[in-house]
Amino acid sequence: MPLLTVTDLRTHFHTRNGVYRAVDGVSFEVERGETLGMVGESGSGKSVTCYSIMGLVPQPPGRIESGSAMFNGVDLLRCSPAEARSVRGKRVSMIFQDPMTSLNPYLRISEQVIEPLLIHENVSKREALARALRMMEAVGISDAAHRIHAYPHEFSGGMRQRVMIAMALITRPELLIADEPTTALDVTVQAQILELIRRLQRELGMAVIYVTHDLGVVAGLCDRVQVMYAGRIVERAGASALFRSPLHPYTRALQRSIPSLQPKGRELFTIPGVPPDASKPPPGCAFAPRCGFADDACNAAVPDLAEAAPGHSHACIRMRAGEINWDA
Amino acid sequence: MAENILELRDVRTYFPVHKGFLLKRQTGSVRAVDGVTLSIRQGEVLGLVGESGCGKSTLARTILHLVPATGGVVILNGRNLGEASRAEMLACRRDLQMVFQDPYASLNPRMTVHAMLAEPLLAHRICSKGDVQGRVDELMSTVGLAPRFARKYPHEFSGGQRQRIAIARALALRPRIIVADEPVSALDVSIQAQILNLLSQLCREMSLALIFIAHDLSVVRHISDRVAVMYLGKIVELGPAEDVIDRPRHPYTRALVSAIPVPDPEVERARQRIVLAGDPPSPINPPPGCAFHPRCPHAVGRCREAVPPLVPAGPSRQAACIRLDELP
Repeated sequence: MPLLTVTDLRTHFHTRNGVYRAVDGVSFEVERGETLGMVGESGSGKSVTCYSIMGLVPQPPGRIESGSAMFNGVDLLRCSPAEARSVRGKRVSMIFQDPMTSLNPYLRISEQVIEPLLIHENVSKREALARALRMMEAVGISDAAHRIHAYPHEFSGGMRQRVMIAMALITRPELLIADEPTTALDVTVQAQILELIRRLQRELGMAVIYVTHDLGVVAGLCDRVQVMYAGRIVERAGASALFRSPLHPYTRALQRSIPSLQPKGRELFTIPGVPPDASKPPPGCAFAPRCGFADDACNAAVPDLAEAAPGHSHACIRMRAGEINWDA
Repeated sequence: MAENILELRDVRTYFPVHKGFLLKRQTGSVRAVDGVTLSIRQGEVLGLVGESGCGKSTLARTILHLVPATGGVVILNGRNLGEASRAEMLACRRDLQMVFQDPYASLNPRMTVHAMLAEPLLAHRICSKGDVQGRVDELMSTVGLAPRFARKYPHEFSGGQRQRIAIARALALRPRIIVADEPVSALDVSIQAQILNLLSQLCREMSLALIFIAHDLSVVRHISDRVAVMYLGKIVELGPAEDVIDRPRHPYTRALVSAIPVPDPEVERARQRIVLAGDPPSPINPPPGCAFHPRCPHAVGRCREAVPPLVPAGPSRQAACIRLDELP
């Protein structure tokens, strides 16, 4: 049985300017111990998917219109607040993009790192502190015994992200949701943090959902990858299959837009146009207006995600009909 | 060979550090830019890379005289900007323009595109009132925006379009040099490629020199003719973009290149990564000798003794490391 099963999740935002369909029918599973990459541009709904699972969508204006997120037999979207609290922050943790704003500047690091333990486990403050110290050492904070009593502003960006990770992992969760945890960091620090997540994952055997817009990060870290566009998953595959033989035109276009994969001096490949307005989605495939392969059928109905090969699904009707040849 | 349009000789920019609240004393200085010598030719694209805090943005601001240089000279078109009178400086400003990172913050939300593009034309008396409309239309077409959008406000445009407006504004006075500080960092991959293509095309067509600041090495490799790598206020490596990034010589550049995630799972799994320990040191109290030695895997005792100068390291390349010939 998968650790987490999300089925037909729809999260919409009801605003004065209309209904924004941030997440519009997303289904996926996360197995124990695996790393699932979630890739997409800004506004594709990848963060809102995670926020919905963690119960962090502000309601209103947000509303979870339908769907379920089964974690060990508990539906995280429908369960009682008490049940939700016993899972969130304990068995499922989340780390965020910006370590500058996700720590409380008024509280010492020690207070913040032990908080999940005091809430979720019946431990004394002293015991909690000892465990926090071990965790801080595990995430590579040198001189942890002193620095644990410092305030967030005394830490650099990379160090704050380590503190966030220590805080998220102190309850030994089974699932870690990482929402662009290295986007705000320098590449050298990013390499450190990715290495750290990889190591801790091996040691703790936890599953990770890694949200990013950087295909490079996904390539090095993830077992499976799903690509989101305009609130839906357009392709899902094992990491190697996705990079070697993408089947959805959007995935391929995204891959072709990366400068490092293109010969220098030539014009960069670009995807024409901009992503659709989430309050006025096109009638058919959301990518059709920007897609070089689209025809009338693409605009007729929203295509479903279906398996094309074992473990490789996509949502392109023309690819499925065998009408797309990349090299042509 | 085209002439040097801009020359920097031993440029230094220090910011004072004060202590105390009422009786302020200067207790030191942040050496944001610490002895940079560089030149850029007409029509050349120079990439400037480095981690946050290495001084790349301060260098950009110093070139534009947005912050005063503490020492050294900036020579534009043979004229020393440090000695220029106010009137001369005003004329020089026309030749030097800037594009900022965040197109959401750099455009005045209360001005229409037309007003933004017309302002420099009128302020510098480039056009008569009657000709402004024509020039604004021309500028908008140059950057790929339909002139009929001229009466719209920034919030009506997407991020990529806003960056196009910012570029049009920089082009309004027909500058010789544009300094672009992380112009694509805030944009999604698919939009990023569009802006990069636009910038290269403009440089080619208008023989415009571009100083392109970024932390993404793959982007820099694609767009730049030459690359300068900065670490703690100093240039540590300089040379043709492909050479420097494909075959880096300075240990810092090597680590930086090795930290870039490659969007290919097989390559990622196979490659050896140099993970640097720690964060960049503080520019208030830089380490003695080579500023990189505390993090450098190849550092020896000698590295602590003197600041290494930039020395020739292959055809049209320079690097600042005393162990260049001894490194594996």
